[in-house]
Amino acid sequence: MCLGIPAKVVEIRSSGEEGVRRKAKADFGGVAREIDISLVDVNIGDYVIVHAGFAIETIDEVEALEAIKLWSELIEKYEDLG
Amino acid sequence: MFRYQNEKLAQEIVAKLKALNLTLRLMHVCGTHQDTLMRYGLNSMLREVGVDVRAGPGCPVCVTTAKEIEEAIALAQSGKVVATFGDMFRVPGETQSLAEVKAEGYDVRMVYSITDCIALAEKTDKDVIFFSIGFETTAPTPASVILSKPPENFSILSTHRLIPPAMAALLNMGELKIDGFIDPGHVSAIIGAGPYEFLSRDYKIPQVIAGFEPLDLLVAVYMLAMQIRRGEAKVENEYTRVVKLEGNEKAKKIMETVFEPCDVGWRGFPVIPGSGLTLKDEFAAYDARKRYEDDLSALPGDYKEPEGCRCGEILRGIVDPDECPLFGTGCTPQHPIGPCMVSREGCCNIMLRYGTI
Repeated sequence: MCLGIPAKVVEIRSSGEEGVRRKAKADFGGVAREIDISLVDVNIGDYVIVHAGFAIETIDEVEALEAIKLWSELIEKYEDLG
Repeated sequence: MFRYQNEKLAQEIVAKLKALNLTLRLMHVCGTHQDTLMRYGLNSMLREVGVDVRAGPGCPVCVTTAKEIEEAIALAQSGKVVATFGDMFRVPGETQSLAEVKAEGYDVRMVYSITDCIALAEKTDKDVIFFSIGFETTAPTPASVILSKPPENFSILSTHRLIPPAMAALLNMGELKIDGFIDPGHVSAIIGAGPYEFLSRDYKIPQVIAGFEPLDLLVAVYMLAMQIRRGEAKVENEYTRVVKLEGNEKAKKIMETVFEPCDVGWRGFPVIPGSGLTLKDEFAAYDARKRYEDDLSALPGDYKEPEGCRCGEILRGIVDPDECPLFGTGCTPQHPIGPCMVSREGCCNIMLRYGTI
């Protein structure tokens, strides 16, 4: 139920005036779909987590790309602590 | 896109856990975590190194009570359109599910998002009710829709629930000694780390917010093992690529503008104080319980659980699905008796799909 799917924002479709839902086109690894971006501040090219049609948070691309390296360092760091 | 399945690192983590000679019982409260644990065989791998990861009340469909389902059924039977997510569609109330009510000719729709429900309300003169379920991950979505002035024929039946009060309730019940919590990644994306801190402070329980890839969970278990080894109890964040410690401020503000906490029962639990979300008075026009009080007032206050069904104990992490006498025989995904067999995030459905623990 709390499943979130990563997607890349490729087009922003509404400006976010008062009372108007903010929408964007997002690329889910090759499949394009409209998402609601009223809960986040995003720019074209940002990665987001999409849940029930809404982007609920942006993905930190640097952390995402380096996750495995960061985890390896974390495990080593703990080992040093004994 | 961002898949993390590095077998070498996974083996290293498991080897290090083994070297620690652990006897730990951890709990997660998220159906998507349970799916990852079972799909990749992490549960059995971790048990071999002394770590038992129990599933708590992490499936919103599963913890929705029979009474709430009966409310949605009563609204559909009174001639209104009721829309909800697919998982909720087939969960039985006391006697029937929304799917069965639809088969009798009432107007029940399955939607992917609340925005589909708004589109539906814009196209019809009938009253349209969104049976709105979900934890903090989902609750900002109806809140955001309500703030954008949806059509007047639209309202929600809120069964939203908050995770940290349920974690406290589990610890207070004391049925199971829990050494640490794996906190749910996408609930935390909204609320951040703050709302869990009282648990570490008051109950001295270590917690790690975790993502949903196999390595996320192994790293989170390792971080918990390290906290326990050092005698610490705090909230750490493994899912740093998504979760900010302060959460999503914008989504939190929208959620807090529209909803306020209320006391609510969970399936398998007594009423948990402050664990539900109800619409604030100023949004009463969108609150199906207030708007259609006449349709709902005749419903009884209490409903019996199905005979033999152990969903309540499964949701409290006390028993595994295959300890239920109905598992896979009387209760199957095709003919579910309890909600944990219906939802793809329910422990019984997951166990049947991926095999035994």
